[in-house]
Amino acid sequence: MKLMLKQVFGSGKFVIGFVIFLAILLTVVIYPIFVPDAPLKIISRGTFLSPGIYVNLYDSIDSATRYTLITDDAEARRVAGRLSDEDRAKMREWLIGNGVDEAEIDGADTAQLLDLWELNFDPTVRLPGMTNADRNYYIRLTASLEGLLSTEGATIASTNPETGALEQSDIVNQTDYVHVNEVANSRLFILGTDNFGRDVLTELISATGVSLTIGFVAGIVATSIGLVLGLVSGYVGGMVDQVIVFIMNLFTVIPTFVLLILISFSIGQESRGAFTIAVVIGLTSWVWTSRAVRAQVISLRNRDHVNLSKLSGHSIAYILAMDILPYIASYVVMALILQISSGILAEAGLSILGLGPRTTEVPTLGLMLNWAMIYQAHILNKWWAYLPIILVIALISFSMNLMNTGLDQVFNPALRD
Amino acid sequence: MKSDKVILSGKGVTKIFGFGSNKTVAVDHVDFSFREGEVISIVGESGSGKTTLAKILLGLLKQTEGEIYFDGQLRDIRSHSKKKAYWQNIQAIFQDPFSSYNVFRKIDAVLLDCIRMRGGGRLPYDKKREMMREACSFVNLKFDELTNKYPFELSGGQQQRLMIARIFLLKPKILLADEPTSMIDACSRATILDMLMDLRNEVGMTPIFITHDIGLAYYVSDTVYIMEHGKFVESGSADAVILHPKKQYTQRLLSDVPKLHEEWDLSTV
Repeated sequence: MKLMLKQVFGSGKFVIGFVIFLAILLTVVIYPIFVPDAPLKIISRGTFLSPGIYVNLYDSIDSATRYTLITDDAEARRVAGRLSDEDRAKMREWLIGNGVDEAEIDGADTAQLLDLWELNFDPTVRLPGMTNADRNYYIRLTASLEGLLSTEGATIASTNPETGALEQSDIVNQTDYVHVNEVANSRLFILGTDNFGRDVLTELISATGVSLTIGFVAGIVATSIGLVLGLVSGYVGGMVDQVIVFIMNLFTVIPTFVLLILISFSIGQESRGAFTIAVVIGLTSWVWTSRAVRAQVISLRNRDHVNLSKLSGHSIAYILAMDILPYIASYVVMALILQISSGILAEAGLSILGLGPRTTEVPTLGLMLNWAMIYQAHILNKWWAYLPIILVIALISFSMNLMNTGLDQVFNPALRD
Repeated sequence: MKSDKVILSGKGVTKIFGFGSNKTVAVDHVDFSFREGEVISIVGESGSGKTTLAKILLGLLKQTEGEIYFDGQLRDIRSHSKKKAYWQNIQAIFQDPFSSYNVFRKIDAVLLDCIRMRGGGRLPYDKKREMMREACSFVNLKFDELTNKYPFELSGGQQQRLMIARIFLLKPKILLADEPTSMIDACSRATILDMLMDLRNEVGMTPIFITHDIGLAYYVSDTVYIMEHGKFVESGSADAVILHPKKQYTQRLLSDVPKLHEEWDLSTV
């Protein structure tokens, strides 16, 4: 046993796969301890907030200390933030269209561009081919340009509760800074938010846990059924074997995924929990395990050690458990790993089609992909809503296949180098 | 030692593998009657159906046709408990000691199985140890060195001796030894055979040797059955069959025995 473990952990492929898998598993276990938020809690209005730190504006005004930093490029950045190159190009286009000489416009000089704009822009003038949306855009742009080059600070005013008049209470200068840590409320979204305004990272880690559980349950259900049927049909033989092989053939011929879709559809949305889905996946994917186990048992059942066990008066169950199962255990473990991996993939496939677990309780990797797809994250270029999920699925699958290949090389003499 | 009581006999025992054009008749209408206490050898070349017959006698394979009588009665091994009762009376030693043991079970477990088979499952552990120690010393093995070891840690000869220790504990009426010495070197061979004959005297069983080695058959047996293509072609006392063979096949088997001081006749090979 010790030697076997040593052999297994001597295989580089197995170790790499195992480390990746363990890292995923540990993240799933440890992350909720530090971030105890409910994974499906909606924490933002508006969809697809991009990844980054969000600082509370109100609290940053009230922040304890303000620091003054003298930086040279602060103004340029501020202007660039409010007036993008795209906006400049649009303004240029309008000005040229309205008869301003092209040579006169210097796109880089903001002050000159703004002067020209103020001089020439007329919201009522329509260029040929200009749509209403374009016109509205120019009006919005003009409004946003107000005070762009001002060096004055922003005035903060509050309502006097007695008179109802606004009274200036504070001025925020352009050179004022606050320390992020001194702002009472700020929030880091490492992977942004999804279409419902939920933190993608928290959701993803919870979903990974649920998907792994689904994979484990599906794998264990499939492997147990496959193992029991394979052992019994291979060892007992005769009529029992014929009947079981008939059932196996039946399940081999029906495309598993179609069967899976039909079963989950007929169960109905209401009763489709994550556990139910896992069991259904397990019930439809045992057939290859049982075939392989049966073949191995047939080659084992006439060995002398089995005959000796029979002569020692052991029952069929005892012989299967003690004289056959240990000899195929390495194979069964490998099959289990593959079943878990394919269970996770099957859940993802099913959920993308909208036939996964009902959506109100737990996230799964497949459900997250489904949501990202329905809300067009891939079209809107919101990569954080689907790319990390695809990566996690690929990583789980990769690590498990790597472990399987490593085990195969340890236990299959033909593959040893 | 020998008595006239027939312990195991068969009438028209046949085993056919496969169907139609793939049909192989491994054992073809074989009749025999083994008397209690005599040493029997079934001799034949590879593929003559010896091992198949041995498995049928052991009840590990079901014969296609024919009846087997044990202790004068038609053998009935249709249920597990009846099989268990049958196997208390008939046991086997297999050809290859290296594949005869489950590599996941320790030597103690193998021997304890035998004690349990004899109905000693509820004995105190000290008593069981005493029995195992006795069995091991009978075959010149030291139980204290074997305990908590796995069978594959022993040499081939030791493993086969352990197999005899098993039989010592089981004390069956019939022992089927399927080429018990073919995987063992010549020195250990004589030891194993002597131990088997000692064991026979000790527990009074009927050994049936299945072998291709006609020399071994002559050395140990009272009665010899010569088997060719699933049929018994010649049978009788060892002296009659081996010293005065009637069939050409028997003569060929005899001429195939390696001799030291004569030129070896390879013409029939």
